[in-house]
Amino acid sequence: MPFPWRTQFPASSSLNSRRPRAALLGSLLLSCLFLLAYAPSAEAIPAFARKYGLPCSACHEAWPKLNAFGQTFKDNGYQLGNDRDAPIWQQPAYWPIAMRITPGWHRESINRNGIDDGAGGTIEQQTTTHGFDLSGLDILTGGTLANNISFLLVPSADNAGAFHFESAWVRFDNLLHSSYLNIKVGKFELDNLLSEKRIVTLSNNGGLYQLYHFVPVGDSNIFGLGDNQLGFEVMGHSKNDRTRYSVAMLSSNDGNVSVPNGHGYDTFLTASQGFQAGSLGLQRVGAFAYIGRAPTYFVTQGGAPLDGLGQKSFYRAGFIGMWYIKKFDITTLFMHGGENAFLGTSTAANDPNGLPAGARSPQWNGALFESHYTVNPQFILINRYEFIRMSQQALPTNPGDLGDIDSLTFGYRYYPFMHSRAGFAFHNEYAIVRQRKVAPVTGLDVTSSSLFLGFDFIF
Amino acid sequence: MTTYKLLLAFLLLTCFAGVPLTRAQETHVGKLTGHPGQGKQLYRRYCIGCHGPRGDGAGENAPYIDPKPRNFTQATFKCRSTPTGTLPIDEDLYNSIGRGFDNSNMPSWAPLTDQERVNLVAFIKTFSPRWKNEKPGTPITIPSETPVSIQSIQHGHDLFQKLECWKCHGPEGRGDGPSAATLTDSNDQPIRPYNFADGERFKCGTTDQDIYRIFVTGVDGTPMPSFADNIQPNDAWDLVHFLRTLQVRRDSPERALLKSTGTKLQPIQTSSGGGL
Repeated sequence: MPFPWRTQFPASSSLNSRRPRAALLGSLLLSCLFLLAYAPSAEAIPAFARKYGLPCSACHEAWPKLNAFGQTFKDNGYQLGNDRDAPIWQQPAYWPIAMRITPGWHRESINRNGIDDGAGGTIEQQTTTHGFDLSGLDILTGGTLANNISFLLVPSADNAGAFHFESAWVRFDNLLHSSYLNIKVGKFELDNLLSEKRIVTLSNNGGLYQLYHFVPVGDSNIFGLGDNQLGFEVMGHSKNDRTRYSVAMLSSNDGNVSVPNGHGYDTFLTASQGFQAGSLGLQRVGAFAYIGRAPTYFVTQGGAPLDGLGQKSFYRAGFIGMWYIKKFDITTLFMHGGENAFLGTSTAANDPNGLPAGARSPQWNGALFESHYTVNPQFILINRYEFIRMSQQALPTNPGDLGDIDSLTFGYRYYPFMHSRAGFAFHNEYAIVRQRKVAPVTGLDVTSSSLFLGFDFIF
Repeated sequence: MTTYKLLLAFLLLTCFAGVPLTRAQETHVGKLTGHPGQGKQLYRRYCIGCHGPRGDGAGENAPYIDPKPRNFTQATFKCRSTPTGTLPIDEDLYNSIGRGFDNSNMPSWAPLTDQERVNLVAFIKTFSPRWKNEKPGTPITIPSETPVSIQSIQHGHDLFQKLECWKCHGPEGRGDGPSAATLTDSNDQPIRPYNFADGERFKCGTTDQDIYRIFVTGVDGTPMPSFADNIQPNDAWDLVHFLRTLQVRRDSPERALLKSTGTKLQPIQTSSGGGL
């Protein structure tokens, strides 16, 4: 997760009281697992730059954001394909390892934050905190075990030092001598063209894609499209990477280890096509769909979830376009999401009372516009606007715009140097998020903002 | 009035003086026109680490790279369609960037757009004054390939012996000939002959036409000479067919023919008295 301070300042804690107890327990248990798995992660890996002698800018528009060459390198299984890919070419002392952390200063403000009133209740109050802080730590190891066998291992720590494995996979590349057949097994990021692991914004509010993590208010599903998942992926691409596809089968547990949901598998499909547009640059359009299942209640053992039962379906589907006009580029993403009514109302499937009256499948639409102006490889301006609109609430008594989100982020990254040994960026960003009618007491809108100044470095 | 005329003359001279300079640095590949100004930004992003800010092959990574990055200030290029010693045409450089160089650190930059690669070529040409003082050579003509036959392969085998290709490339094409250890490039850096047995791709392409072109143009900056004056087109094709039999990791019509007919070629004689 690339939003290291988010747990300290949840955007909203409202409406939890509406959840049925059993589903709430399950949700909390899964949330604990989710939080354990929580840490910043972004993959910009000087170990590759050192191996091949290329500057960061060769693979990154502005690290960690990949350019077309970097995307091809990644899709080739971290191989350039020039017969220098196998580890045998490296000096024995070479270690394919890099570390990233971001010390910085940030200010967080929430206008209607739910705080304890000292008498067991909750009151709303504006809270503003600021100070120096640390992000989590990523230890990135990756490369090739042999020609056409690649790997990535990313032990990550949150900013308190608790480790987990953000990524751990092995990939068999160019099977049957075809770039259209590559198989990856382990824990990995979905083949999202707009990679949250390579997000160029880092603040509490701006360091994630709202679209990827949104679930309706009162929903028990913890799935996030930006979360790394456990499973296997069949991926392929043309030699120049213009044509890409990916099909993945994943455990229905949002990437959490030890199969906390017990059983169940999800599917992710995506495909995209790049094309040249004269001197403007390489354009790309694509589509994706995630069809998943999530439990509505748990069998527990000693309080720990043993098996997730009563699984109900959910889906995310959308289109993406990446448009380049020379130094300016904009990514447009539209997504539609939907959840089964049991998930949407946090109702256990075995609840003898069944669904609440009038309950239905919540659905929503969202869009994202992220633009960059790459002044040069050492300076990039960033802007992003996202909105999410509920098209159908789970309960007819809910306000139609309950949970709707607007998010605006802008900032810049400046890289004082650009070479193949390390990366360093001075990062400055402001992000503001407004969510409709989720204040814990008054049910009014909640607005939170982040101001972030950081020194993002990787070695 | 005099001042006005002088100013007008100055502006006209400036404009007309600038036009040929700009055009001279432009690059043309197909319908695309490359611009050095835009190529400079790309060079800074992708190439500077190895080839260096001055294009002299002295980038920060150059000490750790073998073979060394190309020195663009010399304007000597390995892969050309033009005769040895001449400048390549723009398309040669464009193709080299897209293809990359096997057995080196130079990757394929095919993910870049066509326009970006043409812009890079335009900028690379600014590093050497040769591009202003000389014109590129005339691309060689490659005649139609002759049919693959046992006779053709056998004749190529004999030419491999006669032209002493084996002295560098070795009797089995493994890059281990008696001269291999002594070879250096134009910068006095050690250089290894191509190992046909291990490689599936050549430095300057993968097709039979690419191999033919290498014979005729040579690989400038390396000990591989041009055989333009020593070999006839039909002979060159025969040599191509024989070299394909040395690529033991690659299926080819030549190897299939040898196998299907049960033909076994005589080992190359490495004594000085060997040959035809």
